[in-house]
Amino acid sequence: MTILVIAEHNNAVLAAATLNTVAAAKAIGGDIHVLVAGSGCGAIGEAAAQIEGVAKVLVADDAAYANQLPENVAPLIADLAKNYSHVLAAATTNGKNFLPRVAAQLDVDQISEIIAVESADTFKRPIYAGNAIATVQSSAAIKVITVRATGFDAVNATGGSAAVEQVSGAGDAGKSTFVGEELAKSDRPELTAAKIVVSGGRGMQNGENFKHLYSLADKLGAAVGASRAAVDAGFVPNDMQVGQTGKIVAPQLYIAVGISGAIQHLAGMKDSKVIVAINKDEEAPIFQVADYGLVGDLFEIVPELEKLV
Amino acid sequence: MKVLVAVKRVVDYNVKVRVKADNSGVDLANVKMSMNPFCEIAVEEAVRLKEKGVASEIVVVSIGPTAAQEQLRTALALGADRAVLVESNDELNSLAVAKLLKAVVDKEQPQLVILGKQAIDSDNNQTGQMLGALTGYAQGTFASKVEVAGDKVNVTREIDGGLQTVALSLPAIVTTDLRLNEPRYASLPNIMKAKKKPLETLTPDALGVTITSTVKTLKVEAPAARSAGIKVKSVAELVEKLKNEAKVI
Repeated sequence: MTILVIAEHNNAVLAAATLNTVAAAKAIGGDIHVLVAGSGCGAIGEAAAQIEGVAKVLVADDAAYANQLPENVAPLIADLAKNYSHVLAAATTNGKNFLPRVAAQLDVDQISEIIAVESADTFKRPIYAGNAIATVQSSAAIKVITVRATGFDAVNATGGSAAVEQVSGAGDAGKSTFVGEELAKSDRPELTAAKIVVSGGRGMQNGENFKHLYSLADKLGAAVGASRAAVDAGFVPNDMQVGQTGKIVAPQLYIAVGISGAIQHLAGMKDSKVIVAINKDEEAPIFQVADYGLVGDLFEIVPELEKLV
Repeated sequence: MKVLVAVKRVVDYNVKVRVKADNSGVDLANVKMSMNPFCEIAVEEAVRLKEKGVASEIVVVSIGPTAAQEQLRTALALGADRAVLVESNDELNSLAVAKLLKAVVDKEQPQLVILGKQAIDSDNNQTGQMLGALTGYAQGTFASKVEVAGDKVNVTREIDGGLQTVALSLPAIVTTDLRLNEPRYASLPNIMKAKKKPLETLTPDALGVTITSTVKTLKVEAPAARSAGIKVKSVAELVEKLKNEAKVI
């Protein structure tokens, strides 16, 4: 049994989610190979070879793979997959984009966003926005799976010494081109990797008021998130959304400010180690999951909290 | 340009689902069913393309039980021209749905297929991408902006760090994200008119698609509950607890 893990990267940095995906592969058991598909991604291949528990790294270096366009990378992965029992990718927007295309090319069902491995063919995954957990068993010859990073503790990024092998695929399928990217620039840690997350909801009243959260976050070295209500109201961009339809986070400390605690938000943060809720409505459902609740006006509490931490 | 929109009948997003006592699934008896919210956004986008003169005809398709006709009628009331129901009472996986949609695409030959990025019941987020593989079309998933320009469509996508724009050759597949548009409500006259619009019913057999599944659900459980903690009285007490009790700051 050999497992192929697709590395998540931007040709410059190997994303942390890759380490959680390797952890899921380890839980399945067997040899672990990592595919790095990209352009000018030799250094990523070297980094992947250092990951604890990885036996072999395949590097497909081609301009056509630079932006992970699914029309180009899916045929490459589907072709390599024939030598493997499992193909795993992180359930990032990137993994969710190309992996179902791989599964359909292989004519197998995909199992999305697993949070636990029961055995080599049986997995747990959330359904109905996390309101139920399904245990599913796959009889597919090649099991194609996306992995929710928060379900698995990352393996060490170093300690391995895998062999690196160059591979190649068909390259550009000629159906799609990359036009551009607008990435949020921030000195704060990335939401899904941050140890502390401060999130705001509808109670923030407007986008301008999020400055209170940014300044608290900077003092704590935290990332800033938001509820879907705050995104829908146009306070902040969608890439800050924490919840079933946004990002899934599980930091050491999650501070929910002015968030009522809709089920769809809880689905995105309930695995946090410690949850703090600050809300003026003492009946807000967020208090039912919070370790520490503080009822009051967030515009008084947040500045005071910033002073005291 | 013909646009095909796929919609799914799912439990209404306001319903709090409960797991059945025998762990065989969630209890859907007597709960409100609606069109999947991401599919509503897909219908709306198609209607806007028609209003702009880009789309000439909108065909809406659903794969599911007879009752899914309700959701197709809703889409017709919102502005779709005709509907196709591929009737199946089986619980279909995304791959099976994608194969059935592929058969409908072969029949209808649309230039653009718009689907929701995921259904709020199975949370798979697979069907659009799988349809892309089966048809060989390019895909623009998690779209927040769709612009048709000549024989291409530019799709701005919601990705983890921000936004990405790709140009896809037509025919192509788009899956919708939340911010693409805000769906309208159907007016009463349009709901009445929708009853007269054509709705064709097909079967997987008639489309020549055999349904198979390699995934079996063994059990469905409620998630582990998180218990409520304590209420603190002041910011000072909160900071003290976080430092000394939880030791997280």
